Amino acid sequence: MTSPAQPHIDTVGDASTTPDTAQPWSELGLKADEYERIREILGRRPTIAELAMYSVMWSEHCSYKSSKVHLAQFSENTTDEMNEKLLVGIGENAGVVDIGDGWAVTFKVESHNHPSYVEPYQGAATGVGGIVRDIMSMGARPIAVMDSLRFGAPDHPDTHRVLPGIVAGVGGYGNCLGLPNIGGEVIFDPCYQGNPLVNALSVGKMRIEDIHLAKASGVGNKVILFGAKTGGDGIGGVSVLASETFDADGPAKRPAVQVGDPFAEKVLIECCLDLYAAHVVDGIQDLGGAGLSCATSELASNGDGGMRVWLDRVPLRDNTLRVEEILMSESQERMMAVVEPARLEEFMAITARWNVEATVVGEVTEGKNLEVFWGDEQIIDVPPRSVAHDGPVYHRPMQRPAYLDALQASVPDDLVRPTDGAGLRAALLALMASPNLCDKSFITDQYDRYVMGNTALAMPDDSGVVRVDEETGRGVAISTDCNSRYAKLDPFAGAQLALAEAYRNVCTAGAVPLAVSDCLNFGSPEDPAVMWQFAEAVRGLSQGCRTLGIPVTGGNVSLYNQTADVAIHPTPLVAVLGVMDDVARRTPSGWSLPGQAIYLLGTTADEFGGSAWTQVAHDHLGGLPPKVDLDAERRLGQILVDAARLGLVAAAHDLSDGGLAVALAEASLRNGVGARIWLEQVCARDGVDDFTLLFSESAGRAIVAVPRSEQVRFAELCVSGGLAHSEIGVVEDGASTLEVQGQFVLPLAELRKAHTSTLPAIFGAR
Amino acid sequence: MKIGVVTFPGSLDDHDAQRAVRVAGGEPVPLWHGDDSLRGVDAVVLPGGFSYGDYLRAGAIARFAPVMTALIPAAQGGLPVLGICNGFQILCESHLLPGAMIQNDHRTFICRDQRLRVENATTAWTSDFAKDDEITIVLKNQDGQYVADQHTLDEIEGEGRVAFRYVVERRVAARRLVDQSAADGSGALSGVRYDRFATRNPNGSYRDIAGVTNARGNVVGLMPHPEHAIEAGYGPSLDGLKFFTSVLKSVVNS
Repeated sequence: MTSPAQPHIDTVGDASTTPDTAQPWSELGLKADEYERIREILGRRPTIAELAMYSVMWSEHCSYKSSKVHLAQFSENTTDEMNEKLLVGIGENAGVVDIGDGWAVTFKVESHNHPSYVEPYQGAATGVGGIVRDIMSMGARPIAVMDSLRFGAPDHPDTHRVLPGIVAGVGGYGNCLGLPNIGGEVIFDPCYQGNPLVNALSVGKMRIEDIHLAKASGVGNKVILFGAKTGGDGIGGVSVLASETFDADGPAKRPAVQVGDPFAEKVLIECCLDLYAAHVVDGIQDLGGAGLSCATSELASNGDGGMRVWLDRVPLRDNTLRVEEILMSESQERMMAVVEPARLEEFMAITARWNVEATVVGEVTEGKNLEVFWGDEQIIDVPPRSVAHDGPVYHRPMQRPAYLDALQASVPDDLVRPTDGAGLRAALLALMASPNLCDKSFITDQYDRYVMGNTALAMPDDSGVVRVDEETGRGVAISTDCNSRYAKLDPFAGAQLALAEAYRNVCTAGAVPLAVSDCLNFGSPEDPAVMWQFAEAVRGLSQGCRTLGIPVTGGNVSLYNQTADVAIHPTPLVAVLGVMDDVARRTPSGWSLPGQAIYLLGTTADEFGGSAWTQVAHDHLGGLPPKVDLDAERRLGQILVDAARLGLVAAAHDLSDGGLAVALAEASLRNGVGARIWLEQVCARDGVDDFTLLFSESAGRAIVAVPRSEQVRFAELCVSGGLAHSEIGVVEDGASTLEVQGQFVLPLAELRKAHTSTLPAIFGAR
Repeated sequence: MKIGVVTFPGSLDDHDAQRAVRVAGGEPVPLWHGDDSLRGVDAVVLPGGFSYGDYLRAGAIARFAPVMTALIPAAQGGLPVLGICNGFQILCESHLLPGAMIQNDHRTFICRDQRLRVENATTAWTSDFAKDDEITIVLKNQDGQYVADQHTLDEIEGEGRVAFRYVVERRVAARRLVDQSAADGSGALSGVRYDRFATRNPNGSYRDIAGVTNARGNVVGLMPHPEHAIEAGYGPSLDGLKFFTSVLKSVVNS
């Protein structure tokens, strides 16, 4: 395609000679002081192209300007010991962890919330595509995805617009990429009604020596744009969509959402892996939010020289695009590589084999600046760090929310509790049928969990487990968790509880937790109450990671998740990744062999603040969330991992939402094998009644099924590990029921019906 | 024993098919869509995926790939060919197998452990089974509804060319199975999973057809994925292995 005719080009020369030209900085989302700073950096007014570049790179989404001062705590709380396994930390496209035997894995979770509300299918699809490109750009082969989805009330009409589109988008893109979807969450809460959350995770593997970084070095090296052509989709998506609150009366913003082509991305993955294998790539960066603006400025600022780019060489789908639109376009399935001239021919041969269009658009220079030309005319001349790294930093005002005292004082102690067996039975059925705890296979069956042939565990097990090395069976387990009701009551504790649950879920599978990625979804940072929630959550999470000895390797902050003045519950989603020598030895969440002993690990207190029971039975949210004891979590985790290694446990399931009762029901339904449970000893030991033991959500607990022959060794392991443990039941031979002795008998068929009918009934399964 | 596995742009289960060949004792040979050579292989697998994005119609573009110009005459000459999922769609588009595949009748992608009944155990790819064997392998697709006109359906039924059928319980029988599954704890209906396809096949395929063969029995296509049921711990069963051991034997015997 020939170069488009640009109506008028605002050149660097123009900018110097016409300092007083009025510029649309405000329309582009910049504040007055930010615009002034740009003028200061450049010593002149910016060109239109420079203004576009700064505005998008200094947006909240790209610059983390409100969150940066708090996020520093993640690095501050990372000790040398925690750093040992960390090959690449925060700041790159994704963190990289050493999992042993020369293998490295990279993983990251990222939000695509606002686009998914505007255009559910494409928003969710490109969320998957974006995170997968982040993983690719580290030099890795993506090996799995997970998706944590949060929606408004299931019976709200708009949920019926948003949910099917998002689920189809996640599936449509991920299935076509050939990446197994191995877990995630589906949560409903009215707080997400006007602002659903789509948090997409991807994990990739590589040999340690194959790690690639986003940097442009080596004067004379070529800068190559490859993959899809650049079009008009997603222009301003980042700055306009991610950094502005939805206004109920605002104009439709559909054109700002990107459109995905998973086939193009699949081909791009294979092409990149061939390029890496041939060692022809010096530096690499994906094009995501802020498109070329981000890729060029980040590559240049991470390198040791300058960079010159000829924008008129960029292949376009639409030759009416203006220069600033080309710079900001978020067209999907594009990558940028830095290649030595001697390897250029080889690079081009590999891209040609995959029919991937590749164009040399620039080169690394001796200078310091990022220079962009349109033909002979220079339209950008900026220090790249000033765009990519030295954006504004805000110390936003923070204030403990005024409502919090009343909310925490509204303790759940006076809510009417079931007092007899029939009441407990009914409470369990209601929980198992509730939208948040019901069977999600209506949704997860729309995702391919088998492709690649390495999936050892997937939803609804506690974590997703995939094999990395086919020879040895070495692999990873990942879990994502967050209970935003807890975080609403206490964001510090809520973040630590999310961390604790994800950590526990990795341990129940038998994996050793290694690293954390997070996706911090909050309301507007301009609201001091939200900023306080954010700061508390980051403080809780970073300190918690230090206590558990696992570093945060990267992640994402998503702010402005609110409709008008109402923010979502703080939702600090935490993903924990663990490693196993051989995933064939992973522990499933359901028991299958009758006669095995069921143990409850950990102790139970009367802790109902934010619990599933208060929500389902009384639509209540108040009090304080369960107490966090991360040292206890660590002890529990160690025992679960050791027990799996020694072959002492046949099944293990964590206790979280809905407490012991829900965990028992899930472990029974997993393989359709019932159990008989007795509670007296634990009730006496912990000083709680049957209801509390069954439904309280005290942290640091799990149930395990232990073969008779291993009971003595298992008990010894618990004693030496200092962990409260009690035999509370037995997997029943031939029983089709879950029986809690002296309280109720619940046929699994009835339980299954309650558990599996909810989503099909609401979302119209056929 | 060399078994070729074709990679089209957008193929997803090609490495999985190669692994299955290896586990069964054969030597997998990667074949490239752009080459019109079959590299002397003894049999070919067309794997699952979304060749060329399946944007026009599943398999419609792959059918014209250079490798197909070599494969079609070879298959007509008796070379064993197995089409899995997208591969089945490509075989139908190539007219090596009768019928066509359209979108699942419920219009969503479906991934599940699927029971199948072996209807023809005499083909190159099914000889290690016995007729009426019930197997469980992975089904995962968007466009899995097998359709054909009445005449074609009657013809392939009459000639015994239905290779696999989805196991569908009649309503009454299904209810009994649910109750029994709960009663004996067997988890016969795969445990917790709500089975919305207990009483109907999972994509609307005519006559519950999951796979068909050509008259000679060397070309077989099916929607479910045998290559995902070959290793303990990484799939619902080991039932898929017999597809690949069958063809290794049939190549030796021919």
